[in-house]
Amino acid sequence: MSIALKEALVQRYFLSKVIQSIVLLFGVLLLVFVMVRITGDPAALMMPREASQEHVEAFREKMGFNDPVMVQFGRFISGAIVGDFGNSLHFKTPAMPLVLQRLPATVQLALAGLVMAVVVGVPLGLVGGFNPGSLVDSLGRFLALLGQSVPNFWLALILILYFAVRLRWFPSFGRDELKSVVLPAFVMGLPVMGQIVRLTRSAVLEIRGEDFIRTAHSKGLEPRTIYTKHVLRNVAIPLVSVIGVQFGYMLGGSIYIEIIFSWPGMGQLLEQAIGWRDFPLVQALAVFTSLVVLGLNLLTDMAYAVIDPRIRYG
Amino acid sequence: MPKALEVRDLVTRFYTLDGVVNAVNGVSFDLHERETLAIVGESGSGKSVTMMSLLGLIPSPPGKVEQGEAFFYGASGRRDLLQMSPEELRDVRGGQIGFVFQDPISTLNPILTIGEQISETLTRHRGLTRDEARDQALELLAQVGIPDPKLRYKNYPFQFSGGMRQRVVIAIAISCTPRVVIADEPTTALDVTVQAQIVDLFRRLREMLGVAVIWITHDLGVVAGIADRVLVMYGGRPAEIALVDDLYEHPQHPYTHGLLGALPRLDARESRRLVSIKGTPPDLLLPMKHCPFAWRCEYAHDRCWEEIPALTPVGVRHQVACFYDLEAHAPRQSASEGGPSNGRE
Ligand SMILES: Nc1ncnc2c1ncn2[C@@H]1O[C@H](COP(=O)(O)OP(=O)(O)OP(=O)(O)O)[C@@H](O)[C@H]1O
Ligand SMILES: [Mg+2]
Repeated sequence: MSIALKEALVQRYFLSKVIQSIVLLFGVLLLVFVMVRITGDPAALMMPREASQEHVEAFREKMGFNDPVMVQFGRFISGAIVGDFGNSLHFKTPAMPLVLQRLPATVQLALAGLVMAVVVGVPLGLVGGFNPGSLVDSLGRFLALLGQSVPNFWLALILILYFAVRLRWFPSFGRDELKSVVLPAFVMGLPVMGQIVRLTRSAVLEIRGEDFIRTAHSKGLEPRTIYTKHVLRNVAIPLVSVIGVQFGYMLGGSIYIEIIFSWPGMGQLLEQAIGWRDFPLVQALAVFTSLVVLGLNLLTDMAYAVIDPRIRYG
Repeated sequence: MPKALEVRDLVTRFYTLDGVVNAVNGVSFDLHERETLAIVGESGSGKSVTMMSLLGLIPSPPGKVEQGEAFFYGASGRRDLLQMSPEELRDVRGGQIGFVFQDPISTLNPILTIGEQISETLTRHRGLTRDEARDQALELLAQVGIPDPKLRYKNYPFQFSGGMRQRVVIAIAISCTPRVVIADEPTTALDVTVQAQIVDLFRRLREMLGVAVIWITHDLGVVAGIADRVLVMYGGRPAEIALVDDLYEHPQHPYTHGLLGALPRLDARESRRLVSIKGTPPDLLLPMKHCPFAWRCEYAHDRCWEEIPALTPVGVRHQVACFYDLEAHAPRQSASEGGPSNGRE
């Protein structure tokens, strides 16, 4: 495995992925920069409606919105590179540290959701794929359907009502104790679990029907060897990429769930920042989230290449 | 010559949602040591299913080997493969009977090195250590004509051409010096020059290892070059079995005639033209009550629609399942007594 990793690092493949990510990140920066200015007057966008003309004028000058666009862009980019997106308008302190403060909560939630989805979803999918039509398979498919069709805001409310209010097993909001994470992580993980069950199951079924599995049987290999060495490793290829993508989504898209559960993560901060028209903070959040997702995709691509030689040498 | 394999009255069916597919309906044949038996027949005639049935490779469900005997003369004497436990059968597969499949693109695991795929057979059956297996695998790669084995050992299947992959598959099949190699259309997916190379390789290995070969193919040209005997299958049944020269010179079944493309039409106007076989293969979903070829046969008479012809000796090591005597241009007297029964095998 470590040889495969080394090879993957050396190959063009990895370099091209890194370059791709950098280009994408630059695109995100451009988008964030343009979006604030698309209405024409960023100062009007950021100031409260009832602010006086002089106030707006002073603000515009202070933020440098009167400078030529290219100068503004240069300033924005050179700041962004060192993580400086200016001061938060609301907190009056640098925006990026505010974002980073919220990172652990968001990562904790996403990770807990992902672990639940993987730990439950992969075994269910495997059992289902190896024994289609069995009881466990039916259970897995039912859960998958449930997970992918139940709207998460509704599920969140039901869980709060039952497990927090009625049974008092878990707190209904906040992040004070370890078990606070259970309900929001469950809501976050369930649809991903559904997807993982389905994907694992269908991948196992597909790989089991491949000619090379028949070859493995014709060589007289033990079933255990065939499952682990020949089936599972091939199943891991699509699984790894889906898990990577889903983790990215969970990190970037937990806004609803963080709001419903008052989870002090980046999603909640984003919602507040938008409410405050705190654009430096919004920008910092947007860029940082993109960075995390891109980094994660890079990791996923690496894992992918380690498992699949066709990509490594492609 | 002593026998390597003796198959009697094999029946395999698939229980699908569409109904019961009668894929193999009573196939019998012998394979002698060091002999190459070709099996020919159009698509769906049950060639692959027959071979897979012997070694417990039929996907089940839906498939089921329902009847028959398949005696294999292997390391532990004369044993019926169909009665073996899964463990015993696994020892035979890959260890004493090697397999080569049609499409070398899909028969190798895309994410394991070819070295690993050869070695794992050796460690499984020979109890070799990884290093020993590696040395052995390198030797095998050289034997099947792969240049630079040391380098190629670490390569993945996608880094090989089709012909080279098929060589790797052959190396796997012969890795444990089996008594029998079953090759299921090993050249069909390859282009013509490569086909010839693979056939040559087989001939060479066959001499070197003294292995018996079952060679399934559509290509009667290849058959002439490699086989000692030929089994012609139709609708999951044997239609004719004969020594290769005998079959080419005196085909006794109208279907074999058709396959050889040498059957002049009976009506004089088109007598110069050679015909290909008209009509469609039998519907295997229907239980057969008459000769499966009757629909497409120009010589079908009443009896062909009433009974299923059994394999009957018609010459030296020549058997045919047909009620019509092509050479006499008349129905045979009795299929059970046969024509000039100059001897059985
Ligand atoms: N898994 C399966 N389920 C249902 N029917 C099957 C299955 N495998 C094979 N059959 C049927 O069994 C019959 C014989 O198939 P087989 O593969 O033995 O044909 P073949 O002579 O090898 O043909 P080809 O030359 O195309 O390889 C076919 O009608 C096929 O549809
Ligand atoms: Mg076939």
